Amino acid sequence: MASAATILASDEQGGLVLRAAGEWLVASASELDRRLNALELPQGQQVTVDLGGVDRLDSTGALLLLRTEHALAERGNQVALANLAPRFAPLIDQVRARGIVEPLPHPVPPHYTLVGFVARIGQVTLLLLNRLYDILGFTGLVVATAMKLIRHPSRLRVTATLVQMELVGLDALPIVGLLSFLIGVVMAYQGADQLRRFGAEIYTVNLLGVSIMRELGVLLSAIIIAGRSGSAFTAQIGTMQVNEEIDAMRTLGLDPIEVLVLPRLLGLSLTLPLVVFYADLMGLLGGALMSWIVLDISIPTFITQLQGAVSEGTLWVGVVKAPFFAAIIAQVGCYEGLNVTRSAESVGKLTTQSVVESIFFVIVTDAAFSIIFSLLKI
Amino acid sequence: MADKDPNTVISVRDLVNAFGSQVIHDGVDLDVKRGEVIGIVGGSGTGKSVMLRTVVGLNQPVSGSIEVLGRDVLNMTSDARHELETHWGVLFQDGALFSSLTVAQNIEVPLKEDLKLPGRLMAEIAACKIGLVGLPPDAGDKFPAQISGGMRKRAGLARALALDPDILFLDEPTAGLDPIAAAAFDQLIKDLQSSLGLTVFLVTHDLDSLFAICDRVAVLVDKKIRVGTLEQHLQDDHPWIHDYFHGPRGRAALPPGMAGR
Repeated sequence: MASAATILASDEQGGLVLRAAGEWLVASASELDRRLNALELPQGQQVTVDLGGVDRLDSTGALLLLRTEHALAERGNQVALANLAPRFAPLIDQVRARGIVEPLPHPVPPHYTLVGFVARIGQVTLLLLNRLYDILGFTGLVVATAMKLIRHPSRLRVTATLVQMELVGLDALPIVGLLSFLIGVVMAYQGADQLRRFGAEIYTVNLLGVSIMRELGVLLSAIIIAGRSGSAFTAQIGTMQVNEEIDAMRTLGLDPIEVLVLPRLLGLSLTLPLVVFYADLMGLLGGALMSWIVLDISIPTFITQLQGAVSEGTLWVGVVKAPFFAAIIAQVGCYEGLNVTRSAESVGKLTTQSVVESIFFVIVTDAAFSIIFSLLKI
Repeated sequence: MADKDPNTVISVRDLVNAFGSQVIHDGVDLDVKRGEVIGIVGGSGTGKSVMLRTVVGLNQPVSGSIEVLGRDVLNMTSDARHELETHWGVLFQDGALFSSLTVAQNIEVPLKEDLKLPGRLMAEIAACKIGLVGLPPDAGDKFPAQISGGMRKRAGLARALALDPDILFLDEPTAGLDPIAAAAFDQLIKDLQSSLGLTVFLVTHDLDSLFAICDRVAVLVDKKIRVGTLEQHLQDDHPWIHDYFHGPRGRAALPPGMAGR
């Protein structure tokens, strides 16, 4: 950088003279801003701004200069620019004509105050209730569309449904299997540790059987699928929404619910129960292996004990919840995807929201099932 | 070399660009002089945008050399590159504004990255740029999704101008604008170019823009480039160039004085 930008004030005959010199560029804007703000501006005088020493000027420099001129004029001074080099004249004119704009004040966000905080709680609550209402409405729409499909079964998109079954079910088996296996291992280890104190190590098998088959298998699968496939539904449909593909579909007479939502809903509802069964098996396998290692319970003993501890009903109590969870995940995922506005940012935001919401609703539904089962004494 | 003219801000030599086996540019030479507006035209798929992306270093060419402001773009340290980037501004086709930031914050991004300016001053500079590109003052607080395509382009231009660059790269600035907005945008670029002393590298499809603001035009044909003034191109008998400038749209855009044979 050559000569720095300077501004010097001197009282001369005929009023105040401000002498600007050097390179008035954006690179020295910080320094210039400080110097200009430090100037003591007079009132009701004749002020000359001498630009003879300015070597280079860019639009930021011109802004700083004209901002000062403006401030001087506001205090009732007579301001004149002197010795302006002709090559800077168009820039000065341009900035003077359009560039002297008071920046908008940035108000304190209202939720930083106490009242704002309370108001925000209210707003968010209403928003959530509204969303619940919307999702219920969406469920109604999906059910109505499904009813139409029952009357015209040939309109069911079989290929799309099978593709979804592969994507959400088959492709999820490795991760679901591994995690269930590990949870089985952890449960057996922790359970054995506690039950050994009472000399009741063998009941580790009962603990494993009941907790995995009734709750853990289905909950774990649902949460993994929500994170894996629910998010994918939102992102896929959301990206289509950004690309106007959904609108294109409507203009071609295709119903997005029928084409996009139902295959996903059906695919997931059909595969999640199978995934849950598989997760149960893998969880029990992990538990059996760990029991064998730490408790010396051989595999045949494990199986005999398991047969005494659980019945076919225990399995069904877990698996029966799967289609409900699948419906929740698919609907929330598709609903949020269709809610995407035409910006990339909203795809990300709604994808996160979709995962959080579907896991939330899955766990709430699971709690509701527990209450119903206990009332029914299952 | 003989072509070390200090007034040459962009110098491209023997540029070869290819995607797989498909050759886009095969030995392209181009010189852009300080303070001129050069228009890059060509049919769809002739690599106009690829040319722009290569010059600003977003696309690695197969071979060739590119110098911008006397510096070799293809072989430079990241610090040198960063320094060079403050000397140019790029306007992408749809503005490419950061969607999570407001228009004013978008303009402040380069200011924040390169210069440590006080917040109040940055807001003033952003408001100034918003005014310069002809946006209403309240546009600063809006998010890119809340404004129209034409306003997004203006906002993108304001961001490209934030650091008062020497060179402005524009990728189809008038595409998708209505004719009135497109003419206003041309005029805006012309005004800013003459008052800020910019060199403008303009990729376009728009014949009106070419005739209105370009000093010289580079036509991409047959994987090569032909550079000349509009008068020279009007005389050219290459079939594509002839059709381009003498086709119905070319004739309509032609200013009356230039209508010669």
